[in-house]
Amino acid sequence: MSAPQKAKAGPEEIPVIVSAVVPVTDHVTRFEFTRSDGADFPPFSGGAHTVVSMKDEGRTRLNPYSLMSDPADLSTYAISVRREDDGRGGSLFMHTKVSQGDAMTITYPVTLFSVDQRAKKHVFFAGGIGITPFLSMIGQLEHSNGNWELHYAARTPESAVYADMLLMKFPTKVSVYYSGKGDRIPFGTLLEGQPLGTHTYVCGPARFTEHLRDTATQKGWPASHIHSEEFTAPAPGEPFTVRLCKSDKTITVGEHESLLEAIEREKIDAPFMCRGGSCGQCETRVVSANGEFIHRDHWLDESDAESGTKIMPCVSRFIGSKLELDL
Amino acid sequence: MTIQFNDETFRDDYSFRNSDWAIKRFPFPFHEDSYMYSVNMEQHRGGPEGSVYEKRFDVDEHYVSEMRDRAKVLDDDPLRCQSLPHMTLAGWDLLELIMVSKSEDYPDLFELHRDGDTWRWVNKPLGIDDTFTFLDETTLPYGPMEYITRQSQGDFAVLDQRENNLWMDAGMITTQADWSLDFDIGMNFFEWHAPVPMAHEMGIFKRALKFLLNIPQGAPARRLNWTMTVNPLLDTSPENYHKWGIQKTTLTPENIGAKQHLRVELQTFYRLPRSNALAFPIRCYLCSFQDLMTMPKWGRRLHRVIKDLPDELATYKGFIDNRPMMLDYLAQFDDGLPTSPGIFPEPETEPPLKTG
Ligand code: FES
Repeated sequence: MSAPQKAKAGPEEIPVIVSAVVPVTDHVTRFEFTRSDGADFPPFSGGAHTVVSMKDEGRTRLNPYSLMSDPADLSTYAISVRREDDGRGGSLFMHTKVSQGDAMTITYPVTLFSVDQRAKKHVFFAGGIGITPFLSMIGQLEHSNGNWELHYAARTPESAVYADMLLMKFPTKVSVYYSGKGDRIPFGTLLEGQPLGTHTYVCGPARFTEHLRDTATQKGWPASHIHSEEFTAPAPGEPFTVRLCKSDKTITVGEHESLLEAIEREKIDAPFMCRGGSCGQCETRVVSANGEFIHRDHWLDESDAESGTKIMPCVSRFIGSKLELDL
Repeated sequence: MTIQFNDETFRDDYSFRNSDWAIKRFPFPFHEDSYMYSVNMEQHRGGPEGSVYEKRFDVDEHYVSEMRDRAKVLDDDPLRCQSLPHMTLAGWDLLELIMVSKSEDYPDLFELHRDGDTWRWVNKPLGIDDTFTFLDETTLPYGPMEYITRQSQGDFAVLDQRENNLWMDAGMITTQADWSLDFDIGMNFFEWHAPVPMAHEMGIFKRALKFLLNIPQGAPARRLNWTMTVNPLLDTSPENYHKWGIQKTTLTPENIGAKQHLRVELQTFYRLPRSNALAFPIRCYLCSFQDLMTMPKWGRRLHRVIKDLPDELATYKGFIDNRPMMLDYLAQFDDGLPTSPGIFPEPETEPPLKTG
């Protein structure tokens, strides 16, 4: 076929204006966007995320954040960003360099975590900033009279973003647990006695997610009824060198950048979508390697990961003397 | 341009006709003088002006008659349209996608007026002017998917996405090339593809599935598929094989040019925003051999492609028995001159064919 093509890696982009910057707690700030062209945003599914592009002194950072705004209000998209002081710098950039009126670029919504339409009831478990995807899911379910409940764990009342708002609006559906006061979510009891056809969803730190998954599995929940936001931010690590065979280039991945970012820095168009290790889009063939892979994705199955023939450059790293990729 | 809608049938007396305009824009599927099965996906992002690739949902001169044919098929067999209970939201997504696209792409034919959740939809060719509440099924005469696909050419499969797989959980299938929604409903990607020969290597299917799972919102994709149909029959369903299969035996050297049709599917893939389901519209275009011969490049090329096609593919596509007769017919036109690359007919530059 011979129609005009726009070949570009990654999801479609939308130019936006930062319409509000709202501090929520000491560490969390909400950013609201409107479209630069004044139109409405595309509809989205509760739990979807967008990838925010940040122009930071000559380098482009692309960080995914859950859309937390009401899916019924498409005049605005909102995200909440937690400042990670020893992260790779994206959240710091948002907190220190972005202000109201700035022009930025975000992507179309990407949905890897969403409300399962087959469920009779939805039970949500949020840990810390993991609350954000549930805010838009709740918005969506409220419009369709969905049956849901939320269990939200935070350290202290001061750090529990949006807890007051949730408790006020939905006093019978929301429970908040403060670990600072020794309060833990009783996963086991909560999962017991749920009506047939209930689905459960979890988003939070890895241990929190695992705990819910393990408990639900032990209690006999089918895997198809357990949903988790398996989203990994790229982590810093030792620098390493990679040879990109097709482009005939050797590059070094810095401590604070991901392999995917290093490839993009060299202006090589590598595929991606979620940038969080779960969509599978960035899967790359390893031509040869001598060393150890640090697979941090949720995509490769065990045999693929162990085979050392595939890597997900958005989140995974490598330690060793030689790595050659089919890029 | 304003479209003159044909008054025609796809059954009984087969009064279906392509105008010169429709022939010229027919999506001829062979970009070179041979054919190999491939997934051949590309982005669905417009195309040359007037081509079937230009608009998101192409509307052509057969629109009104095709919709009449669909209504007849549904009267006889309501199970051609099914939607499992959890697919209603996806149905609304599809309705919105089609209404927004058509009203923007064909403002003289379709209008959409939105005031919050109160929507007014005007479909001039079909004489429809309905006001309803978005996301409230009780305000439409049918479910949202059925409502909008009774007004849209082509079949529609709506695939739920979960557990890293796609599920055939809803669809409007009345013009299909020999597959059955009632049989496939609720199946996953591997289950409903089970009987494809030649491409049965798991690798191809896994790659195709992965591509589809990753189709992002805002970036639809498309591909062409093709087969052969005797008579311009839209409904070549397995349910009705006893009616149409027999027509394959009615070809003669005298009537083959008029009766034998190349049947091309323009398949598109859209990520639906609220439900995260995948919409899979399958639009069918038919063109008789004699009409194809009016485009010299296609005349030369069709002969070469059909001649060199592996037997397994000709069998799979259901025309192995008629192939010798097809080749006798097509050979008269092929003078052996080279053809230019690409699918578009280029009648201005391509030298005329021998007249059969
Ligand atoms: S971009 Fe999604 S897994 Fe790497």
